Amino acid sequence: MEKIQKMIEENVVWLIVLTFLTISVAMLVEILPLMFSKSVTKPIDGVKPYTALQLAGRDVYIREGCYNCHSQMIRPFRAETERYGHYSVGGESVYDHPFQWGSKRTGPDLARVGGRYSNEWHYAHLINPRDVVPESNMPAFPWLAANLVDAELVPKKMAALRKVGVPYSDEDIAGAAKAVEGKTEMDAVIAYLQGLGLALKNKR
Amino acid sequence: MDFTSGFWPVYILVMVIISISFVLVVLVTQTKMKIKKGEKVEVTGHKWDGDLEEYNNPLPGWWVVMFYMTIVFAVGYLIMYPGSGVSQGKFGWSSHGQHASEVAAANQKFGPIYAEFAKTPIPELAKNEKAELLGKRLFQTYCIQCHGSDARGAKGYPNLTDKTWLWGGTPEKITETISHGRVNQMPAFGVVLGEEKVRDVANYVLKISGNKHNDARATRGEIIFKTAQPLACASCHGPDGKGNPESGIPNLTDKDWLYGVSEATIVETITNGRQNQMPAWKEFLGDDKVHLLAAYVYGLNAKQDK
Repeated sequence: MEKIQKMIEENVVWLIVLTFLTISVAMLVEILPLMFSKSVTKPIDGVKPYTALQLAGRDVYIREGCYNCHSQMIRPFRAETERYGHYSVGGESVYDHPFQWGSKRTGPDLARVGGRYSNEWHYAHLINPRDVVPESNMPAFPWLAANLVDAELVPKKMAALRKVGVPYSDEDIAGAAKAVEGKTEMDAVIAYLQGLGLALKNKR
Repeated sequence: MDFTSGFWPVYILVMVIISISFVLVVLVTQTKMKIKKGEKVEVTGHKWDGDLEEYNNPLPGWWVVMFYMTIVFAVGYLIMYPGSGVSQGKFGWSSHGQHASEVAAANQKFGPIYAEFAKTPIPELAKNEKAELLGKRLFQTYCIQCHGSDARGAKGYPNLTDKTWLWGGTPEKITETISHGRVNQMPAFGVVLGEEKVRDVANYVLKISGNKHNDARATRGEIIFKTAQPLACASCHGPDGKGNPESGIPNLTDKDWLYGVSEATIVETITNGRQNQMPAWKEFLGDDKVHLLAAYVYGLNAKQDK
């Protein structure tokens, strides 16, 4: 026993190996079974992979750090479902890599923001949130309207996502560059937002 | 079953049993040492920095007991709640079940209140103070993002406290607007008319709404307004520019302007067109809440009469 203790305390390699093993136990217990759970790995009815433009918008969303203030996870509490709609379920984010759940809500949850406001509202709101919501403390993102989506990058992203199980067809990928050509990041992020949470929209 | 095969519930059960047993074994084997009163505590023999040594004291008894209690708690928890992989637990708890009962309890409490409000006609309900309080809450949750916390709107979003209505301000029309939403679009005329003619029309619009304008331009603008091809302004806004609330066409002769009343703004509107929409709330809120909201909005307006 003494020998083992001496070995772990004085040899950093053993420390690393055993720490890794300890963490793996948590992964074996908490993560591995979920990979074989249908409600977490199968999309629910109405959930489709993001279109090329939405996917570009999603990456803008992540780049701008929207997730720092906006979660995309409606918890199963009445106070939340009254405000946002049906609580989020696992089958809604199977095509999200990485998912945008989270618990940090400086701003409202966005899991079901799709269709809740008009495109024009989103445009005005992203250019300067105070124009439509005077009390808002959200930063303005005016450069989104000036930046064009990188059309070359989108098909590559889709091909990469296909490798982790998002069912993009060859045509989807081939047509991606054309679909986002000439679109601004503003167009993309609005397309992304307008598609969020539609599968269970209007269900209570 | 949610898992792809029957293996996984068993896997979870085995993992749970191994985890708890492992903790138990560690606890039993590592807390054996006892030190009698008066006996001297040994040092572990490890030495750091020349004189730093480590006593090999046993854990305090109350602390060890607490560790055992966590194991008892874990077993009890697995019996009562889902977690063992193979059982839903004696309580049959689930997060969606808890949500459903929460909602049912709320419906039982608030349902009769809403039902009573639903039976009351809107003009009468608008005078009910209790309904106003509830309606205000609903308005603050669902409506202020566009119409503002004071309901006075913003550029492009209607002020609900004034007498001007795009789609009509009767109780029925307000209910219809909230229930089914509205989509409105003004086409762009910039390309068809060209810059000069757009400015002419803008000046005519400024004239009929009683604003400062250029007379020469307004005179030319009137002709375009009434006769331009293929689509004259008058064909939607009417020959006198008074609009039509049946199709949400704004009255151009009044003092209320959704996007502002400067020449530049009107030129922008005619050149690029405008479009916006009000979302439909019937499916999301249900008829009773729509009714209450309509009464609240109607009441905001009725207040202006006083």
